[in-house]
Amino acid sequence: MKKQKKAKLGRLKRRENMMGYVFILPWLLGLLGLVIYPLFESFKYSLNRIIMNPLLGRVMEFKGLDNYRNIFLEDPDFLVQLQGYLVQTILAVPVIVAFALIISILLNGKIRLKGFFRLIFFLPVIIASGPVMTQLMDQGAASIPMMDVTTITSILQEHLPKVIATAVSSVFSNIIMLLWYSGVQILIFLAALQKIDSSLYEAAKIDGGSGWECFWKITIPTIKPMILLNAVYTIIFMSNTDTNSIINLISTRMFSTSASAGGYGYASAMAWCYSLVVVILVVIMALLLVGRKDIYERRAKKYRKEQKKQEKLAKKFRRRGERNARRNTKKASKAA
Amino acid sequence: MQDAIQKKQVKRPKNRLSYKGAWKDRLRKFVFGSKEKEGAGKQVVVYILLISIGFVYLYPLLYMISKSFMTVSDLLDSSVQWLPTTAYIDNYKNAARAMNFWKTFRDSVIIAGIPTLINVVVCATVGYGFARYNFPGKNILMGLLIFSFIIPPQITMMPTYVFYTDLGIIDSLKAFIIPSILGQGLKAQIFILIFWQFFRQVPQALIEAAKIDGAGHFKSFARISIPSAAPAILVVFLFSIVWYWNESYLTQLYVVGATGGSESTLSTLVVSLKTFEATYSTAASQSGGQMISINENIKMAGTMLSILPLLIMYFILQRQFVESVDRTGITGE
Repeated sequence: MKKQKKAKLGRLKRRENMMGYVFILPWLLGLLGLVIYPLFESFKYSLNRIIMNPLLGRVMEFKGLDNYRNIFLEDPDFLVQLQGYLVQTILAVPVIVAFALIISILLNGKIRLKGFFRLIFFLPVIIASGPVMTQLMDQGAASIPMMDVTTITSILQEHLPKVIATAVSSVFSNIIMLLWYSGVQILIFLAALQKIDSSLYEAAKIDGGSGWECFWKITIPTIKPMILLNAVYTIIFMSNTDTNSIINLISTRMFSTSASAGGYGYASAMAWCYSLVVVILVVIMALLLVGRKDIYERRAKKYRKEQKKQEKLAKKFRRRGERNARRNTKKASKAA
Repeated sequence: MQDAIQKKQVKRPKNRLSYKGAWKDRLRKFVFGSKEKEGAGKQVVVYILLISIGFVYLYPLLYMISKSFMTVSDLLDSSVQWLPTTAYIDNYKNAARAMNFWKTFRDSVIIAGIPTLINVVVCATVGYGFARYNFPGKNILMGLLIFSFIIPPQITMMPTYVFYTDLGIIDSLKAFIIPSILGQGLKAQIFILIFWQFFRQVPQALIEAAKIDGAGHFKSFARISIPSAAPAILVVFLFSIVWYWNESYLTQLYVVGATGGSESTLSTLVVSLKTFEATYSTAASQSGGQMISINENIKMAGTMLSILPLLIMYFILQRQFVESVDRTGITGE
């Protein structure tokens, strides 16, 4: 986007724009009341130990960073599950995004029964809710029947460290569930692919580009923003599904009545740690996918820089020449 | 164009006869394709891929359907793989009885439906406000909108729970209605963005024309923008209802409550599926030996029952679902 110089708005227009606040007022109230206020509250909780007292209600006891320290030093579950979650997400996101891309490219070609295939690939979005997933996973309906998961698992466990091996084998054994998570992503990719100008491909073909080259040089750069969008969507989705064990851990801690390790305060601290991890994941993903510039862009930038440098140099020489010329004329006039 | 066709027609017989092994060349062209035409081999590979992945996609569903019709003896019989020996519907009967199907179904429709309707209205209003007016601080607010989508709900869950308890709206439908009135319903941020995207495309001239004719801000919103946003409304409605229907965690926390399951409280099909085993065993013990004890087939039947309404809706409205993303231009710009 190019920066446009903004003309200053007239008074009438400005007053009219104030109506915007009226339209978004409900959302604004909701943002303050149901997002920002709870955020502060939850941070406050996380610094306290909260005991439910039947007579006094909630009793808060300021503890400083004790809750956070306990999570990392004393809690047996959190770190283990966090590790599992991280490895699984890092493995699952590329699988889901790549799979969605492949399917959407296949669907974007000239095929018959396009509508039927789209119907199938979108079906999971409708029915894939947490409890349904849990039921299916319990039944072992989540792995491909022809694939021998146990062999893969045993091979993996021989060669890889345990954390990674279990994560990889869980990817294999629940592969259908992972594929099921990619319905929305397929739709997003498909819509993006349909918007690519077909004349680009024609031009590339005339220049002798193969399908493979077209894919890497045209398709991928054009839909790159969508890849980022899908990756972020996948991370957020994976972190908030019911099948995620950390979420269940947090909620059990939230309602646990034992005074030793539980209560709102402790669960809040846990939620903060967890969200921090998720946000870091999202940021890393965004940096990975956004930060890299096109090689042509880089070259062009370099070239422009070089040109500027030379311009400066030329200016310097010109100025020096002018100065010398002036000096010479002065000298000449003096001599005269 | 015509020239090219003629040239081709002239050239072909010459080509065929010209050199040895020409049939090999033609075969290669047929399988791998040329610059002009896609090869049959590639087509075959594409179809095989699509069909096999499609099967993998449908596999759990087929598994569920097949298992849910089996009797216990079919389950144990290793010769029965997919097709049950008889169409046995007692699994469904038992599961429906345990889940208290009709009552739970009605509750589900209420719990998913009412917040959805509110969601559509509120998100449309907010999206319109963002799209149409350039008020100061708009970019920051849009940033906050996306931020509120990214933060995990767990972080705000506990204070919200406490807040709702203090307000006295916990364990009732109000706990879903009030957030959706305030534009903070389930995934409302996405819906606001969809409406925002859509209303940006409504030509400004239309609204200005309405203004000249004397329509105020709200009138031009209700009479000009809303009718033209029918596709967006449909998409938001469908997705919202699906997401509310499938939400079990928040529903259990805010609406159903810890006690849940009794006649007086609300409960959804998905939540009752979550606690299916417990519900089933109590129902079985109350029935006095009429219901057999739980097995996989009954669980599958219960799962099937909980998604059946959505499946039916999906097959009726499939076009609207599948083409939704194109039509709202959610990926645009």
